Amino acid sequence: MHPAFSVVFFTTATGAGYGLLAMLGVLGPLGLIAPDFWPGFVGIGLALGLIAAGLLSSTRHLGRPERAWRAFSQWRSSWLSREGVLSVITFIPAGLFGLGWVFLGRLDGWVAAAGVLATFGAFVTVCMTGMIYASLKPIAQWHSPYTLPGYLIFSAMSGCVLVNALLQGFAVGSTVPLAASVLLTLLGWGWKLATWRHNDQLEIATNANTATGLSGGTVRSLEWPHTEENYLLKEMGFRIARKHSAKLRRITQALAFALPILLLTATFALPWPFAAVSSGLAAIVQFTGMLVERWLFFAEAKHTVTLYYGR
Amino acid sequence: MTCLPSPGGKKLGLVVDLDTCVGCQACVTACKEWNTGGHMAPLTDIDPYGGHVDGVWFNRVHSYEHITEMGGRTVNFPRSCLHCETPACVTVCPTGASYKRASDGIVLIDEDKCIGCKLCSWACPYGAREFDTDVGVMKKCTLCVDRIYNDNLAEGDRVPACVAACPTSARHFGDLGDPQSAVSQLVADRGGVDLMPELGYRPTNKYLPPRAHTQRAASVPAKALEPVRAEGAFLGWVDRMLSS
Repeated sequence: MHPAFSVVFFTTATGAGYGLLAMLGVLGPLGLIAPDFWPGFVGIGLALGLIAAGLLSSTRHLGRPERAWRAFSQWRSSWLSREGVLSVITFIPAGLFGLGWVFLGRLDGWVAAAGVLATFGAFVTVCMTGMIYASLKPIAQWHSPYTLPGYLIFSAMSGCVLVNALLQGFAVGSTVPLAASVLLTLLGWGWKLATWRHNDQLEIATNANTATGLSGGTVRSLEWPHTEENYLLKEMGFRIARKHSAKLRRITQALAFALPILLLTATFALPWPFAAVSSGLAAIVQFTGMLVERWLFFAEAKHTVTLYYGR
Repeated sequence: MTCLPSPGGKKLGLVVDLDTCVGCQACVTACKEWNTGGHMAPLTDIDPYGGHVDGVWFNRVHSYEHITEMGGRTVNFPRSCLHCETPACVTVCPTGASYKRASDGIVLIDEDKCIGCKLCSWACPYGAREFDTDVGVMKKCTLCVDRIYNDNLAEGDRVPACVAACPTSARHFGDLGDPQSAVSQLVADRGGVDLMPELGYRPTNKYLPPRAHTQRAASVPAKALEPVRAEGAFLGWVDRMLSS
């Protein structure tokens, strides 16, 4: 599948944004973060900023972005529509949570309730994003039990690393978010390795025989219907050389998982402001790594229409 | 609504005979010609006379080599929308632009509602949907909905343009929901198949596999050529003169 940057950035940014929102919505009411102005302002601002930037980026993928409002109508059948609806609904508790924390300086009572609701909204919205991909049968690498948990794990991981960077930045860091960041990054790494392993061993029932209805023997493409690349080949027939893919997998592992783990582990021993620098770096490096991961998620996915072209 | 309608009795669709299709592309051009002025018009061409020509087509004809123990053969393979009974291209649509008609099962797009998110083309395993980059919306085969019900056409012409154009009658149009219809009978007689049945889209259109190989060609040889009899008279003289 063609890795359109607007969609790669959209899923990575909203994943991190919803992860951060979910972490703040839980850690705040649990009393693990004090209801101070600046951490709340920067934290919730960053979370909503990432979400808004991602959603805006996704509209750049549209042929007719001025009609985007119509996408809220088909929530009964479409995961994409459900994602749109839930992303907007989640802004309500998230906004209330932010107002209560930043301007009223409280993280109890209704503000805590709004935080928990925002966490729930973030969780469900990320599930919807994952299901958009997991529900597509023509793409075996996406239509897999690894896709939805992957989106949730990566969202929680990016969010936790961001919340740790935020707290370390304001010199109010603690071991719970820091340790959770390391553990979630390890979990993310393991999940990504398991996903790649699963995809590399996929036995796909659909082949050129079932695609053409010609049973038995081999079906070889003799001639395309057209001489130039068409929409189908540009959008769905995106190819990536195997050695290229292996290299990008190593880059993903280094940036999204290995380096952040090193930096976060160092944070345990470092005093402020060095702990803030290493935590901030871990978040930035991991975000970059997740962009590469998401790019690969698209580039390595093979659509059944490529069978018609002998690819 | 992009929820699917409860299955009706009528299922209009095509039956494509892979045995007789000669890959002449007549259906392709007839489709383009009709539909660039039809329901989903225009079928935009980008840079049509340049080096990077691209454009929207509802129907594409591939050619394959099918090799079995019996030998190899060329199979021409027209590919267009199969008007599936459970089309995921419809249910994934976030705007309600994609829909399946309850009355005859035709899958259509309301161009005025399409936001061009392209998700429907990802959901279609057959590559039936093509994005029009110029208009910014998705386009697809309409089963010539503006021909088959068109009172301005003579009754015999009320078939999809591709069916009307086919010189070898490899394309058949009819109601596949009616087991007594000519197309259903044809599918039953020839063992018509679904494409990618394992994905569960339940296509309405059926493909008739090429007929089995026969040994006819080898067992009924043509007579050997006879040597040319020497001509007499004037022609014989010409022959002798030219041969010398």
